[in-house]
Amino acid sequence: MSAVATGAPLLSAAVREAIAAEVTKYPQPRSALLIALHLIQGELGYVPLQAQREVAELLGIKPIEVREVVTFYPMYHEHSVGKRNIQVCVNIACALGGARHVVRGLEDRLGIAPGGRTPDGRYSLEEVQCLGSCGTAVCVQVNNEPYIENVKADGPDAANAIDELLKRIG
Amino acid sequence: MPERYLLPPDGTDLRSIDAYRKQGGYAAATRALREMTPEAVVEVVRESGLRGRGGAGFTTGQKWSFMPKPGGPKPSYLACNADESEPGTFKDRQIMERNPHLFLEGLVIGGYAIHARAAYVYIRGEYITAFRVLSDAIREARAAGLLGKGLFGSDREFDIHLMRGAGAYICGEETGMIESAEGRKGQPRKRPPFPAVSGLWSCPTTVNNVETVSHVPAIIMRGAAWFKTIGTPASTGNTLFGISGHVNRPGVYELPLGTPLREIIEVHAGGVRGGRALKAIIPGGVSMPVLSAAQADVAMDHDSLKQVGSLLGTGGIVVMDDTACMVRAAVVIARFFRHETCGQCTQCREGTSWLYKLLRRIEAGEGTLEDLRTIDSVGGYMEGQTICALSDAAAWAATGFLRRFRAEFEAHVHERRCPLPESFEP
Repeated sequence: MSAVATGAPLLSAAVREAIAAEVTKYPQPRSALLIALHLIQGELGYVPLQAQREVAELLGIKPIEVREVVTFYPMYHEHSVGKRNIQVCVNIACALGGARHVVRGLEDRLGIAPGGRTPDGRYSLEEVQCLGSCGTAVCVQVNNEPYIENVKADGPDAANAIDELLKRIG
Repeated sequence: MPERYLLPPDGTDLRSIDAYRKQGGYAAATRALREMTPEAVVEVVRESGLRGRGGAGFTTGQKWSFMPKPGGPKPSYLACNADESEPGTFKDRQIMERNPHLFLEGLVIGGYAIHARAAYVYIRGEYITAFRVLSDAIREARAAGLLGKGLFGSDREFDIHLMRGAGAYICGEETGMIESAEGRKGQPRKRPPFPAVSGLWSCPTTVNNVETVSHVPAIIMRGAAWFKTIGTPASTGNTLFGISGHVNRPGVYELPLGTPLREIIEVHAGGVRGGRALKAIIPGGVSMPVLSAAQADVAMDHDSLKQVGSLLGTGGIVVMDDTACMVRAAVVIARFFRHETCGQCTQCREGTSWLYKLLRRIEAGEGTLEDLRTIDSVGGYMEGQTICALSDAAAWAATGFLRRFRAEFEAHVHERRCPLPESFEP
């Protein structure tokens, strides 16, 4: 990533328009920052520095004020992750429900540890904190999609369960 | 089964505005906006005894009464906390996904009561389904004239906007949420000033939880006296108890406050899985001190839980059976708080790391009795020393497990390993 913005803008016209529509909801444009970053990440898969500079300009704030936010919130990525970013909840209800088996099964199958990405760029794996789905543990979220719930990967059927999970993940 | 008024009856889909109206929906908002003054709405909610369902349990009517009269120099706002992120808590999602118009109706009435120009709902970023369901519901309500200019045929203007968080637990703290809603890191603010004086965009703001406002339509329709017949004198109404962990039927159950914990576990959640023995219960989200099985007869209301050394919190119940290692449970929770500290207060930033390292060491069989004393002393430095309550919660969780299950912690030290071979892994 070069330090100076060069070439064509990274943010598409559609994202710029969607951000502009969000800005109208608030007395201060800056309040649209979090949702703007979700829109950007939805399109690019992550929020690179150039995109941060562009959104700063749109909202009338400094690039560092955007970066502070990007790096504070766990959902945003400054660097690209796998096309399918698999997030396994490891908080208490999911831990009690066997989250460690799910993480280990995915580690073995994908050959990566949490924080890693497969060489083909298809999958990345993350351990995340409570997703608010404790009654349907273990809970897995891929990218920002609806949850995959009641995932089990212990006992004799563990290998099949991971196959099944990866099929659902796509 | 006690009567429900928050969750739809089984098998009923209330997500569309037509379905919701067909069973009487929006009659309460119509009554409030057409027949009652804002002050009368505040009064009936105060009289009902409704307390906030986000964790702190503050009286809602009283909170609303702190808001300024209209005509001041700045507009007022209703900020709704839909950042549900206290581990063990998954109830607000049930309302947002299954009964979105009830929630919107509660916001319309609450906004009217406090003379708010608009409501901003801060939804945790992961809740994409709730976000979509609510977006559709708001669109329907606008099209039906129940939001926007001249809502309910009045001369007022009031709209509801959705905002999205991005995975930070601390944004469930009300001033952290306000910072985040202004486009900043979610680091809590010092109080005073309180949000009712200076909240969102430095304007008077009331912050209410999703479930809290969702009680209001029933209170308007059926009255404060009816509401007080449910629950206990100091904890009125139904609430949504989320129960998870080692039970046969985990889920969200709408029951009166004051329902005995044992009844929730045994009757509603179908008992401990596999017929195993009950060992430990977190009664109200992981910020609240753990209870032992001997305390399971406690009634789930504010006063009763205080008497046994814990708190009602969010009503998120986590059940652990006799296979579960208490040091491991404490490790999982300490890891969470270490991850979620916002870092601005030293006691919390350093303390959460210390607690995690100490507990990890004990869990690995490498701890000493001195480490157990250090947990207590670190916890002592973390309580009541910081801008918000995350630090207190992290300390209560760790010291709570240690105090309630000291023998098991000591066994880890003496045997130099975890003495529970069947335990879940952290």
